[in-house]
Amino acid sequence: MSDASEGTGGLTYDKSKRSWPNELNVFGALILIIIIFEILGAVFMQQSLLFDTRDRFDSIFNEARLRIIIIQVAIIGIIALGVTQVIITAGIDLSSGSVVGATAMIAMSFAQVAEVNGAMNPKAIFGPSFLDLPVVIPVLVGLAVGTLAGFINGALVAYARIPPFIATLGMMLFARGVAQWWSLGNPVSFPTEGYAKIGAGMMPVIIFLSLAVLFHFIMNYTVYGKHTYAIGSNEAAARMSGINVPRHLMLVYMIAGGLAGLAAVILTSKNLTAQSGMGLSYELEAIAMAVIGGVSLFGGRGSIIGTVIGALIIGVITSGFTFLRLGAFYQEMVLGMIIVGAVALDQWQQQRAAARA
Amino acid sequence: MSDIILETKGLTKHYGGVHALEGADFQLKRGEHVAIMGDNGAGKSTFVRQITGVEQRTRGDVIFDGEHVSFAGPLDAREAGIETVFQTLALADDLNVPDNLFLGREKTKFDWLGPFRLLDYKAMREDTMAGLVKTGVKIPNIKNTIANMSGGQRQCVAIARTATFASKLTIMDEPTAALGVQETAQVENIIRTLKSQGESLILVSHNMRQVFDLVDRIIVFRRGRIVANLNKEDTDGNDVVSYITGAKTGAEYEGAA
Repeated sequence: MSDASEGTGGLTYDKSKRSWPNELNVFGALILIIIIFEILGAVFMQQSLLFDTRDRFDSIFNEARLRIIIIQVAIIGIIALGVTQVIITAGIDLSSGSVVGATAMIAMSFAQVAEVNGAMNPKAIFGPSFLDLPVVIPVLVGLAVGTLAGFINGALVAYARIPPFIATLGMMLFARGVAQWWSLGNPVSFPTEGYAKIGAGMMPVIIFLSLAVLFHFIMNYTVYGKHTYAIGSNEAAARMSGINVPRHLMLVYMIAGGLAGLAAVILTSKNLTAQSGMGLSYELEAIAMAVIGGVSLFGGRGSIIGTVIGALIIGVITSGFTFLRLGAFYQEMVLGMIIVGAVALDQWQQQRAAARA
Repeated sequence: MSDIILETKGLTKHYGGVHALEGADFQLKRGEHVAIMGDNGAGKSTFVRQITGVEQRTRGDVIFDGEHVSFAGPLDAREAGIETVFQTLALADDLNVPDNLFLGREKTKFDWLGPFRLLDYKAMREDTMAGLVKTGVKIPNIKNTIANMSGGQRQCVAIARTATFASKLTIMDEPTAALGVQETAQVENIIRTLKSQGESLILVSHNMRQVFDLVDRIIVFRRGRIVANLNKEDTDGNDVVSYITGAKTGAEYEGAA
């Protein structure tokens, strides 16, 4: 007879026994990368990357550089929050960069001022009745365009059963085409004052971090989050358990599209212009942030916190290479290696876990 | 209330020209544990799939809890009170025990938030513990993800679902086929616990010892037909084997196969 008859002895709920969260590994990697740059900086530049080494005692950190690190990843970081959710469902979204381009053009067209230096706005896309609109209109238009792109992605993936890679690849080409067709390649410029405030200064960072907190909460404490993980973990089990998988996938892709639309609004506001080439390869950087942050491309595993740390890792590497006065090509080589390394580590951990079970 | 929980009359399933199941008449009393035995391809799993709505029957009636039913899918069956433990486990590997138990029927708060309604983790954890205690399932830490569990523990989690949701009928299709000796014993203990709690059970199994250990009655399938309906007390292993192999056919089923 086995010991199983002896009741429920081992049955516990023990917080301390929770397994080591993967985010700590990613955070460790961030610290390690910072230390490497600090050492390289001390040896080659006689300067610190993040700490204030000048003769000023009012600050510990080099605040200007910290600010740059986070500003430069904030906008793509917003996209990465959505891409993270898509990847957790075992999908992928290749369209977000192009959706940023298309949304930038369309949203900016609704944000233009009527007069520039006393003359009619030379870049106006629409007639006078569409100029000087309240700021809420271009923002809503941007969100709507992004969400619509996500809606189409979601429908193709969930109902037409087209693999996410192909469906979003199609959207990537299509949306870039829309961006170029919208004003026949001309930039759309001169936004209203209100619109220009959305992406000014630290606003992108504030929006990015607020959304990160919001989606962290949603992914961990709501039915939406639980079902997102369940679908990525075992789609058949999710279906058997009564989850409306297609409808849920639609929602995930729409949220990802909406976040890309919002990123476009912030980007055009920050740059005060929209160009059809905007957002080029953003989708790949967003995917890189998620993957470096420990989101598994096989679905089911990963977190918003991980992606935020992944974004910071990319920010530190980008700033670090500039700080060491190394060319951008080295930076891309290193980023490429880190992404492959992150996926290799994920594979290795999965195999180890499978061997243990 | 009738004392029959499940009845099938003339249940038949054809896959094109293949007659996988032919005219199965079957009854299960409340609280009764019945085993379904038979060779591979005898129609055992086909029979189960028609009851649980995984497939749609060619003809015949299924009467569950006094009502004629025709489930569109396994979800309908589950909502009506039939819990099935499938051969392939329907668990999400990256979720923990309560998440899996409540997948698709989470306890929630602030339901007006729609898909973003909040999960009531505390209530689900408590119900999970209660369900595990009821079945006598031992799992070291319910916050562990399924991926970190042994095959036996996974099977136990799947079975604990039935106890947590107070189903009227549990169907297990070869629950121990992939398990080791100790894990099998653990699952069998859970089945005994279910018996003592008056749960009705259909157990599909190849394991003669297990069947004689656990159930009240044995139904034998051969080539798509029921060929024997045996009370455990009136039969033995050799007898059952003769029915399975076709050396014997039950008196009331003469001419069936």
